[in-house]
Amino acid sequence: MDSSTIFLDAFLNPAVIDRYLPDILKGMVVTVEVALAVVATGIALGLALAALRSFRVRAVNAAIVLFVDVFRALPPLVVILIVYFGLPSVGITLSGFAVLWLVLSLVLAAFAEEIFWSGILSIRKGQWEAARSTGLTFVQTLVWVILPQAVRMTVPPLTNRTIAITKNSALGAVIGVPEILMQAQTAQSFSGNATPLLLGAIAYIVLFVPVVALGRWLETRFAWGRS
Amino acid sequence: MPDSAAMLDVAGLRKRFGTLEVLRGIDLTVRPQELVFVIGPSGSGKSTLLRCCNRLEEPDEGSIRVDGVELLDPRTDINAMRRQIGMVFQSFNLYPHMTVLANITLALRKSLGKSRAEARDIGEAALARVGLADKAGAYPAQLSGGQQQRAAIARAVALEPKIMLFDEPTSALDPELVGSVLAVMRELRGAGMTMVVVSHEMRFAREAADRVVFMDAGAIVEEGPPEQIFGAPRHARTRSFLADFGG
Ligand SMILES: Nc1ncnc2c1ncn2[C@@H]1O[C@H](COP(=O)(O)OP(=O)(O)O)[C@@H](O)[C@H]1O
Ligand SMILES: [Mg+2]
Repeated sequence: MDSSTIFLDAFLNPAVIDRYLPDILKGMVVTVEVALAVVATGIALGLALAALRSFRVRAVNAAIVLFVDVFRALPPLVVILIVYFGLPSVGITLSGFAVLWLVLSLVLAAFAEEIFWSGILSIRKGQWEAARSTGLTFVQTLVWVILPQAVRMTVPPLTNRTIAITKNSALGAVIGVPEILMQAQTAQSFSGNATPLLLGAIAYIVLFVPVVALGRWLETRFAWGRS
Repeated sequence: MPDSAAMLDVAGLRKRFGTLEVLRGIDLTVRPQELVFVIGPSGSGKSTLLRCCNRLEEPDEGSIRVDGVELLDPRTDINAMRRQIGMVFQSFNLYPHMTVLANITLALRKSLGKSRAEARDIGEAALARVGLADKAGAYPAQLSGGQQQRAAIARAVALEPKIMLFDEPTSALDPELVGSVLAVMRELRGAGMTMVVVSHEMRFAREAADRVVFMDAGAIVEEGPPEQIFGAPRHARTRSFLADFGG
């Protein structure tokens, strides 16, 4: 056997591909589910917290800042392990999927809150004043005038951060969530061949390269929108 | 004594920023349909005075009545009052993410509760009034400064305020665009709008103001008809201020 055959046999073994590709595809579906759920709840929660912070209630804002700092500081894996292995001992049992979703949502919410908040702060005071001077309430001003502008400016940094955090769905492999990496690892240990891991890598590329490209497009589209 | 015929009646108004006393007991009465011009050096408190008159700035002491309603009374619905007090800013402050028409209809819909169609009709009429009928669908960034300021005036006018406050409405404009904004203000005055105008457009003041108020260091130094303030100012501070403007 020449070296290229050895390589192909180790990383792109046709029999292994045939046997385990369906599992990797199932893993892709789970990864997409986790990612979509995390993006939806994480960004919604982050936006809600940033909006709440703009009321500038001291105790509330202290709590938000604490939450944000803690979840930005902790490695997501640590939180996942604590929640997954810790909660059952206080009588709460969550599925691996639920834990992964919950923890990554909180992490994304923490980063998204900071990004939205800096967006809100970057809107000139005159926008608030103009809206309030026409009789709009604080909440109406926030919803119709401030947030639409703030969200627009946050699209590029938020896209990058969201991609980085949803990639952490691979941590689900540690707590038995049958996402891409878990499927690939399982297949690798059964087959004794590295091919499933390469398939897993390809699966991530197939899923995330379009998202990264979309992020770059959004960045060029929105970067100039600063006023 | 509050003047019951006044549209705006400011009495004993004081405002501090930290230890800096910016308004030191302002008394000012504006009658219906009057155009009162406020002049004074930079930092004399003109903007703060206007901003107190719709409580964008919270005064420390005094009374501000608008058409008889005390603005500083905690029971006063400040949002309802603000709809009746139009404010025009030096920097226009149009909402950049909305069309010109949407800028105008936002408060009509969300604050006054008008239907979409009704708000649009009112908004289009307001735009026509300031000469921007063809700009309803444009975004603020697509307009010249003069057009933006006129759109901002239309936004305030559309709410049919009882009084309008202008804070240096032409100071951010290129000289050739000032005239179009002043023309709109002249038209409003002709239609009987009560107006308080902070501005350095002394020619406009001479021609359009009923009264000119000169402020310095947080107090009203003197006030009177334009002929008197510009022609025969009583106070040395007024004279030296006007001399800087080439009289
Ligand atoms: N939000 C603020 N905080 C602190 N000081 C302020 C604030 N707004 C205005 N001032 C100060 O109050 C004084 C009067 O300002 P302003 O009313 O803007 O004057 P004018 O409009 O006549 O130039 C100035 O010394 C200014 O620096
Ligand atoms: Mg000023």
